[in-house]
Amino acid sequence: MPTIKQLAANEAKEKRFRGGHSLCSGCGIPIVVRTVLNSIETPVVVVNATGCLEVATTRFPNTAWNVPWLHVAFENAAAAASGVESAYRALVKRGKLPADEPVTFVVFGGDGGTYDIGLQSLSGALERGHQFLYVCYDNEAYMNTGIQRSSATPFGASTTTSPEGKISFGKAQQRKDLTAIAEAHHVNYVGQSAISHWHDLSDKVKRAVEVDGPAFINVLSTCQLGWRHEPREAVKVAQLAVDTLFWPLYEVVKGRFRLTHIPEEIVPIETWLRMQGRFKHLFKEENAGALEVIQQQIFDEWERLKERDRNDRAHFAPLQKDQTFTTEFEMV
Amino acid sequence: MNELKKYHEIPIGGTVITKDVVQPKTGGWRMGEKPMVNLDKCVNCLICWLDCPDTAVLAEGTDFFGFEYDYCKGCALCAEVCPTDAIVMVPDDQEVPEYGRMLNGGPHEN
Ligand SMILES: Cc1ncc(C[n+]2csc(CCOP(=O)(O)OP(=O)(O)O)c2C)c(N)n1
Ligand code: SF4
Ligand code: SF4
Repeated sequence: MPTIKQLAANEAKEKRFRGGHSLCSGCGIPIVVRTVLNSIETPVVVVNATGCLEVATTRFPNTAWNVPWLHVAFENAAAAASGVESAYRALVKRGKLPADEPVTFVVFGGDGGTYDIGLQSLSGALERGHQFLYVCYDNEAYMNTGIQRSSATPFGASTTTSPEGKISFGKAQQRKDLTAIAEAHHVNYVGQSAISHWHDLSDKVKRAVEVDGPAFINVLSTCQLGWRHEPREAVKVAQLAVDTLFWPLYEVVKGRFRLTHIPEEIVPIETWLRMQGRFKHLFKEENAGALEVIQQQIFDEWERLKERDRNDRAHFAPLQKDQTFTTEFEMV
Repeated sequence: MNELKKYHEIPIGGTVITKDVVQPKTGGWRMGEKPMVNLDKCVNCLICWLDCPDTAVLAEGTDFFGFEYDYCKGCALCAEVCPTDAIVMVPDDQEVPEYGRMLNGGPHEN
């Protein structure tokens, strides 16, 4: 199991991501970035889609990145990474780069840049089988341009393009299940994690970079501005997303499914929704029905995932006692 | 303000060499509060270090050290996630030791 000390030791060796960026106070994104980058032992090359992370960390002539970092456009981070990775392989083949010093290619994209606008380039790269890890930091809307709805925005959330008011109730549609879409590419590793569960995320990163071919991890991040919660509650709000089963933590290794964390106590979804201004209108009397619908959908989905977990569990080495997540897990 | 560069003087692709740039100080973003640590309560779990969005919680090797106020935006996330309440938020104008390190109620300078 990774320890936070190992992450700290890696950061002490090389601080890959620095402060002084202009991400908001209490933003969840840096937790994703540092947990991911400090969990990778090899040198890394980072490709970034447009979004808060990219805009706020690279105000020319400054940069928060102490690793080779590339940004091309909003919609093509996975395509840009494909090119970088292919160029690397070609250079190794020609003997211009050493073959025995592996490099890990990591992409960071927001939900807008991944679920929506970058989806075709991601799909292409997953299908072609490039050796890279794509990390989507999902803060459930286009935050950098002022909180527009994306296909990751949950049902009912108020955003500037799905506002709550007399005519509109908030987002009327369900969120898209991007992790399932990534899985449908038959890649060897797909996972879902959250900033509140750094062990889980670190663990997944370590496994994801070991597999042959592309890997995809969808990480629930937070946005105090768009979700309208207290900045200090960034981790707590993510924790509750997991504890309410809104955001289940799981992985699919070579097509086999496993829940990586089962909350000790399942919290009603209302608790999570109440913490966030974007759901405030759901507590008006006339919207009471919506809460029930949301809760029921969450339970139905959880049952479906538990069933997959039960069906596939035999393919994984059993968990140790007290282990809710594990690296010592192997496929049997 | 630097003089504006001509088009042919701008580096191609906007390349920035990290070691050449000092990141702008963002400590001025604080809205009246800053963190301080009571080291007698700190169990060195480093969760504040990992969760700080601004890498303003300093570690020395793999041990908790203190706060780099030049970059701390005062979000209070560190205080929130601290399992022993060793980190407390204090008014920004309160005098604290350089890295906000307190021990047994007094400043701890090293
Ligand atoms: C092709 C294109 N369309 C629109 C934009 C404007 N734009 C910049 S950032 C952004 C939002 C990014 O949202 P998301 O990917 O969810 O990341 P977040 O800002 O939430 O981190 C948009 C729409 C752009 N840069 N390029
Ligand atoms: S708008 Fe949201 S996602 Fe963007 S920097 Fe601020 S808190 Fe982070
Ligand atoms: S208050 Fe926020 S920015 Fe400052 S050290 Fe704590 S977590 Fe970091």
